Amino acid sequence: MVAIALPRSNGPLARSLSRFVGNGAAVAGLMILLPVLIAVLTYDLWWPHAPNDIDLRALNKGPSAAHWFGTDGVGRDVLARLLQGGRISLLVAGVSVAISLVIGFLVGALAAFGGRITDGSTMRLVDLAMTLPPVILLLVLASIAGTGIVPTIFVISLLSWPVLSRMVRARLLELRERDFVVAARGMGANLWHLLFRHGLPNCIDILVVYATLQIANAILLEAGLSFLGLGIPPPEASWGNMLNAARSTVVLEQYVWQWMFPGAALVLAVLAINFIGDGLRDAFDPRSDLN
Amino acid sequence: MDAPLLSVRGLTKHFKPSAFSRGPVVRALEDVSFDVPRGSVVGLVGESGSGKTTIGRSILRLVEPTSGEVRFNGTDLTKLSTAELRKQRRFMQYIFQDPFASLSPRMTIGQILTEGLEIQGGLSREERSTRARQALAAVELPADAFNRYAHEFSGGQRQRIGIARALALDPQLIVADEPVSALDVSIQAQIVNLLRDLQQRLGLTMLFISHDLAVVEYICDTVIVLYLGRIMEIAPSAELYARPRHPYTRALLSAIPSPVPGDRRQRQLLTGDIPSPANPPSGCVFRTRCPYAIDACAAAVPPLETVGPGHLKACIRDDL
Repeated sequence: MVAIALPRSNGPLARSLSRFVGNGAAVAGLMILLPVLIAVLTYDLWWPHAPNDIDLRALNKGPSAAHWFGTDGVGRDVLARLLQGGRISLLVAGVSVAISLVIGFLVGALAAFGGRITDGSTMRLVDLAMTLPPVILLLVLASIAGTGIVPTIFVISLLSWPVLSRMVRARLLELRERDFVVAARGMGANLWHLLFRHGLPNCIDILVVYATLQIANAILLEAGLSFLGLGIPPPEASWGNMLNAARSTVVLEQYVWQWMFPGAALVLAVLAINFIGDGLRDAFDPRSDLN
Repeated sequence: MDAPLLSVRGLTKHFKPSAFSRGPVVRALEDVSFDVPRGSVVGLVGESGSGKTTIGRSILRLVEPTSGEVRFNGTDLTKLSTAELRKQRRFMQYIFQDPFASLSPRMTIGQILTEGLEIQGGLSREERSTRARQALAAVELPADAFNRYAHEFSGGQRQRIGIARALALDPQLIVADEPVSALDVSIQAQIVNLLRDLQQRLGLTMLFISHDLAVVEYICDTVIVLYLGRIMEIAPSAELYARPRHPYTRALLSAIPSPVPGDRRQRQLLTGDIPSPANPPSGCVFRTRCPYAIDACAAAVPPLETVGPGHLKACIRDDL
C-alpha cells in the first residue's frame, strides 16, 4: 500500500473563496454593496413613503426628519425613489447579464465544438457585432424596441455577449484538447456531458468575473439610456431617469439632493461591484497565491 | 489459437492542413497492420514523431483514421456510427502519459472514477461508487482518496488514479500511452509492476506504447518497432532483443545503456534526425539514416516479410 497520510486540502472553489476573503478592496466592495442591496430589497418594510406618493406640503424640500434625502419637484420622497430606482437598475442589470451569459456561453460553445466552418462563421458574426459602435447601436435599438423595463433589458443584453463568447470559445478550444477531456470522450461522453461536466465548471471563473463586471456596466448603460429618455420612462424611478432632473439649471444649483443622491448611489454601486469583480478575478487565478 | 482481440489492417492517418491555409499533408501513419492477441501485451516503440501515440489514439478513434480497418472483437471500429462506437468504448480504455493533465482539477477522485460508469449508464449511484472504490483498491491507493482532488496527489499516485479510471469500466483492451515516461525512475518501476500485475490478474490485453526499450522488454510479449509512421519490425520480445533483424532495431537496441561498468559494446549510432513526416523519403523511410542502405532501398517500400516464427521485418537486405 502506498497509504500516505496526506494533509487535507480544499477543492478549487474553496481555495478561490479564501483568496477572495484575503483581498481588502474586494471585501470593502462587498461591505458597501451588501447594505445597499439589503436596503434596496427591503425598503418598503421600513420606509413610510412610497416612491410615487406625492406630498404637496413638501415640494423641493431639502433633507429633513420626515424626508431624509428631501423631496423632488412634485413632492415625491427622494430616498423612496432612490431605493425603488435601485431595484429597477439592479433588476435590469441582473436579468440582462444573465441573458448575455447564456447567449455568450452557448455561442462560444457552438464555435468551439461545432467544427471549422461553424466556428469561422460564428466568430465572424461576433466580430461584426463587436465592430458596431455601442452607443449608436444602443440608440437605434432603443428607438426600435421602445422604452420600458423589458425593452431596456433586451437592448442591454443584446449588446454585451460578444466579448464573453470570445473568451468562452478560447477556453473551450484549449479544454477540448486537454487529456482529461479526451479521456471523457474515450469513455463515450457526448457533447452534453463534455459541455456541462467539463466545459462549464472550467469556465466558471470567466463567467463569474464577467458577470460581476458586466453588472456594473449594465447599471451604467441603463442609467445612460434612461438619462437620454430611452430607458425606463417616468413615473417609474431609476437612477438614470432621476439624474435626468439634473438637466435643469435650477435643480442642479438649488435642489442638490435631487441628483446628488442617485449620482452617489450609482458611483458607489458601480465602484463596489468593480472591486468585487477584480477580487473575484484574482481569486480564481491560482497564480495570485504566489504573490 | 483463437482470433486476436484487436486486429489492425492498413491503418493510415494523414493530417491535412486546414481548408483556409496551405501546407503539406503530414503522413503520421502509413499502412500499419498488426494483431494484438487476447491476454497479451504488445509493445509499440519508436522515436518521438514515429506515430506511436497516433496509432493508440486512432485505434480508439480519438483521432479519426484516414483509412484502414481496426477490428476489435471482430467489429470494425472505423465503420461504426458515433452511437455504436459509444457502446464499444467501455471495452477499451486509454492511459495517458502526463498524470498532471489527465485528471480534471475540478473533480474529486470519486467523480473522476465514476465518470465513465455514469456516461455508460446502467448502474445506480451506489453500484458506481462501489466499482470506483474497487478500482481504487486495485491500484493500491487508500480509500480516503475518494473525496480528494487530484492536486493533492503526487505524479505516481495520479498515474495510479489514471489507471484506476481505466479499470473502473472493466475494459478488455487498455492502450497505455507512455504511462511511466513522465515519472521518476523509482516510481516507474512501481507503476510498471502494478500494470503487469493487473494485466496478469485481470487477463487484460494491452497495447503498451513506450520509447523505453528496457521497460518494453520487461512487460511486453511482442514488440512492434515503428519508424516515421511505418512498421519496421515485429517480433516476440525475447526474439527481438536476442536477434534483431532490422538495422533500425539494432540501432535502437545498441543505444540502451548497459548496467555493467566498462562494458564496451559495439555501439551503432544513428546520425541526423528523423525526417519530416510531411516529406518522407521515397522507398524505405529509414534509408536516409541506415548504415546498410543500397540504391534499391529508394525504389520501393519494403514489405513486411516473415523471417521467423512471429518475426517480421520490413527490409530488403536479407543478408543482415
